[in-house]
Amino acid sequence: MRIAYYPGCTLKTTAKNFETSAIAIAQQLGVEFVELPRWTCCGTVFSLTSDDLIHHVAPIRNLIRVQEMVKRKQVDDEKRILTLCSMCFNTLKRSNLRVKENIEDLKKINNLMYLEEDYCAEIEVIHLLQLLKEIGFDKIKAKVKNPLNNLKVAPYYGCMILRPLEVGIDDPEDPTIQRDLLEALGAEVIDNPYKKVCCGSYQTVNNKEKVAELAFDILTHAQREGAEAITTCCPLCSFNLDFRQKEVLKKHPDFKQIPVFYITQLIAVAFGLDNKTLGFDQNYVDPKLLLKNKGLIK
Amino acid sequence: MEEKNNIMERIAEANRPVTTGVDEKDIKDWVTIYIMGKGYRVPADLTILTAIEYAGYRLLRSVGCRQGHCGACATVFRRAGEYKLQADLACQTRVEDGMYLVQIPFSPAEKAIYDISKEPYDASVFMKYYPEVARCVSCNTCTKSCPQDLEVMDYVQAAIRGDFELVADNSFDCIQCGLCAIRCPAEIVQYHVAQLGRRMYGRYGLSMPEHLKKRVEEIEQGKFKEAMDNITSKSREELEKMYAERQREPD
Ligand code: SF4
Ligand code: SF4
Ligand code: FES
Repeated sequence: MRIAYYPGCTLKTTAKNFETSAIAIAQQLGVEFVELPRWTCCGTVFSLTSDDLIHHVAPIRNLIRVQEMVKRKQVDDEKRILTLCSMCFNTLKRSNLRVKENIEDLKKINNLMYLEEDYCAEIEVIHLLQLLKEIGFDKIKAKVKNPLNNLKVAPYYGCMILRPLEVGIDDPEDPTIQRDLLEALGAEVIDNPYKKVCCGSYQTVNNKEKVAELAFDILTHAQREGAEAITTCCPLCSFNLDFRQKEVLKKHPDFKQIPVFYITQLIAVAFGLDNKTLGFDQNYVDPKLLLKNKGLIK
Repeated sequence: MEEKNNIMERIAEANRPVTTGVDEKDIKDWVTIYIMGKGYRVPADLTILTAIEYAGYRLLRSVGCRQGHCGACATVFRRAGEYKLQADLACQTRVEDGMYLVQIPFSPAEKAIYDISKEPYDASVFMKYYPEVARCVSCNTCTKSCPQDLEVMDYVQAAIRGDFELVADNSFDCIQCGLCAIRCPAEIVQYHVAQLGRRMYGRYGLSMPEHLKKRVEEIEQGKFKEAMDNITSKSREELEKMYAERQREPD
């Protein structure tokens, strides 16, 4: 099945490993991501100002591209666009919702983009985790060649795929989608309440130390419960939990570094896919030793 | 000195408005245009550039090649009865009746200083020198104002994600007229961003073609030295004669 795929800027730069691993596992599951032929930044942060329509132009322009792809028969899924990055997902979905619910806004945006065809507000924005759930964790389990036995993994969700409620893909207080997925891969799941505590998001630009503190809390809570690794599905969460361990270590010399995976990387390991698709060289804390010790990679 | 004057005269001659020497009685179609608000009747088949000169202005800036190559003659205008602000090259656009226009001889823009040999080949180079690219709201105004019909928004977006090839391809025909930059609500200087992208792509993205490498070696070994010395030592008359007698492919 071919589905329109929106990568977003981070997946083309600092999170290439999220993209390569996601494309590879999707292929195993019979899904082909067709990248939007022309796409623009999602807008990064959903604008909450009621009269600030200009920041919804970028997300809606991307949704128009999906309409075009459908017309050109470049995709089989005629109603949906897939995102991997939680932030892109959140921005695209919320802008979409805004114009669906507010026809005046839709008209204004369409008028501003008079060179484009009108957006019909019929496209739906989905996140990869939703697609995986839809495919079925049973089917995913059947593809596992390398069960993640004995690997203690704490899933981390962050905010952008959970909040606000109308956008979230799971219970915002107690999400379970990653747990079910990881169990299908054979991992031992360490569920803990810090899985939905904010990672600090863009504060990471101006206030590294604050974000390092948040990361410290999130990571050490998981470690205390026995976690050996963390999974995320957001490049920004991942950056804050993985790369900020450098700052965590400065402040807390006793802190033990812990690998942070994109969930798709672990799926790829479980599917026995080759190193190229895993892209571990882009992870800050090298996860290879852990995986070698568990006999999961050579 | 005399030689120099001679050249200047030849340039001046070439630059004279096309209507010079045409009797106004013989011109059938006229339009009225408004240059900086003042109305002028000008022959209808002039370009904006020649019309401005016809109206009596002498352009010191806002003009260069007169052939759509140099990007010096940026104009913004409104057509009669239209709310849309248009942008184009004065030397390539014909006047229309009721047009309001002004020349934009220069667009203020800070140009970053960098050494491409010291920069990493990834998106961070754009963020370092032109961080405002991240402010792009995808309004597409730049694309709409580009006289070269480039997909300007797309190349700005490609820069944000470090797609050097797309930046280079989409901006290849940019003539740095500055029209995109003066219209951008995010205050991005698209053409400088693009130039950085093309330079980086040229250095890191493209492989050195074999034939070029070979030729550079030949030059360095002095293969063409004799021929070059021969030609550079010739007098102007000799060079003109050579030029006139040169071998050329039939037109
Ligand atoms: S005009 Fe500026 S903000 Fe609008 S699309 Fe072009 S670069 Fe982006
Ligand atoms: S990209 Fe900008 S500077 Fe370049 S030709 Fe187009 S409008 Fe002019
Ligand atoms: S004068 Fe050079 S492009 Fe118009």
